Amino acid sequence: MDRQAILDELKKVLLPYTENKELLNGITEDTDLLKDLKINSANLVDIIIDAESKYNIEIDFDSAEKMMTVRDCINVIAEKVNA
Amino acid sequence: MSRRVVVTGLGVLSPNGVGVPAFLHAIQNGVSGIRFVPKYEELKFYCQVAGIPEFNWEDLRNYLPEVTFHGLRSIGIGYGVKAALDAWTNAGFAIENDKTLWDTGCVFGSSVADTDVIKNAIEKVDAKESKKLGSRVVEQIMGSGITAYVAGRLGLGNRTISNSAACATGTQAIVMGYEYIKNGSAKRMLVGSSEHVDQYTFGTFDSMRILSRKFNDRPEQASRPMSQTACGFVPGSGAAALMLEDMEYALERNATIYAEIVGAATNSGGQRGGGTMTAPNPEGIIQCIKTAMAGGNVDPNSIDLICGHLTATVADRLEIQNWSTALGRNEENFPAINSLKSMIGHCLSAAGSIEAVAVVLQVMHDFIHPNVNLEDPDPEIVRMTGGNLPVTMVKKEINTVAKANFGFGDVNTCLIFSKFNHHG
Repeated sequence: MDRQAILDELKKVLLPYTENKELLNGITEDTDLLKDLKINSANLVDIIIDAESKYNIEIDFDSAEKMMTVRDCINVIAEKVNA
Repeated sequence: MSRRVVVTGLGVLSPNGVGVPAFLHAIQNGVSGIRFVPKYEELKFYCQVAGIPEFNWEDLRNYLPEVTFHGLRSIGIGYGVKAALDAWTNAGFAIENDKTLWDTGCVFGSSVADTDVIKNAIEKVDAKESKKLGSRVVEQIMGSGITAYVAGRLGLGNRTISNSAACATGTQAIVMGYEYIKNGSAKRMLVGSSEHVDQYTFGTFDSMRILSRKFNDRPEQASRPMSQTACGFVPGSGAAALMLEDMEYALERNATIYAEIVGAATNSGGQRGGGTMTAPNPEGIIQCIKTAMAGGNVDPNSIDLICGHLTATVADRLEIQNWSTALGRNEENFPAINSLKSMIGHCLSAAGSIEAVAVVLQVMHDFIHPNVNLEDPDPEIVRMTGGNLPVTMVKKEINTVAKANFGFGDVNTCLIFSKFNHHG
């Protein structure tokens, strides 16, 4: 699964947690989930749970803590999916 | 200095009407909200009927940000949020607001947090899948869930309290909000209660053999307060909220004032003197009613209407006796008395707030709503009241109404509502 494919799917995961949907249009690998997308930090847990179910992977506690930007998310997901 | 407390907003989700106009129409016309529930037959409950509001879950999208709505599963919270925000907007206030409103608080009650949500948590934990529960479960099973949602949505910064006093919860929330404004602690209090009786809660009441079981084939006749054939209560679900304001504050902003609360009390009979976990100590009830009247210098003879607790159990007679003693009124001059439960069943924690909204509407529109299913009143109740038990709507000037609820734990609450008169 390439990074673009992961990003396309990741947008769908982030959608319900992003109040201002327009922010998702300008998403890049540098986008920060909390600062740029204004996601509530408590919801990071839910995003990880949804991503686990979407990609059928398990994201361990330490990996999850790294997922602050879109790039981090893709790195972690790519690593688990391609493991 | 003691402040005067007025009602300026209403919100209601009742089994017989969602929203104030529908609810008003229903209570004026004796519309029952009791339905047969096939699932309860399947579950082998004695009682297979219930009062459930016709509530469109998707409607909550108009009340909550989408992200908040996305993870919401608790029906009781959904009911409470809608009722509270409806009362808020009905009073003329805007929902969207960036500031903390330090002068405004909230008291919102419920009995049991959503057991369906709790069940899901239990199942996930038992299946060793607690990691999948996520961030949204705690806020929906904590006892203060509804208050937290409401206060957060509106930015309320004064006292935000979640109360629980069984079937007295709703009126107790109103009593508390009233007291905070009266003593100057808050300018505005959004008060109310919510209850979603799901099958698990329903089953626990059913097992006590206190529910109506003889009318499963005639649901609309199943809730029969004060009737000779009353045989237990019918559980109901719903929510209601009242916007309470300091009178001066309401007048300053030219708010429409629906009614004034002139007296309020809550106490407990201490489970002594005949009181138990499930039965009230009559002395507690009498004291509670008398204290509510005394606080507002209300003449017991000025009371036009009693909106009782009256659930359709053996306690109805005792309740009438207690009203009679507390007001010092007998069959010669007993005020009219009605029970909204005849139409909607007993909404447990939500009963007090839904019934209080009905009281305010009767004061505003000058009528007494009918008691339905009272074609065969209990002869002892007829004797004590002189038979002043309307079975059709009575159009009449209503100036002062006494409202009470009594709950498990021997808890009592009483409110006295009055038509608003600036100079009164």
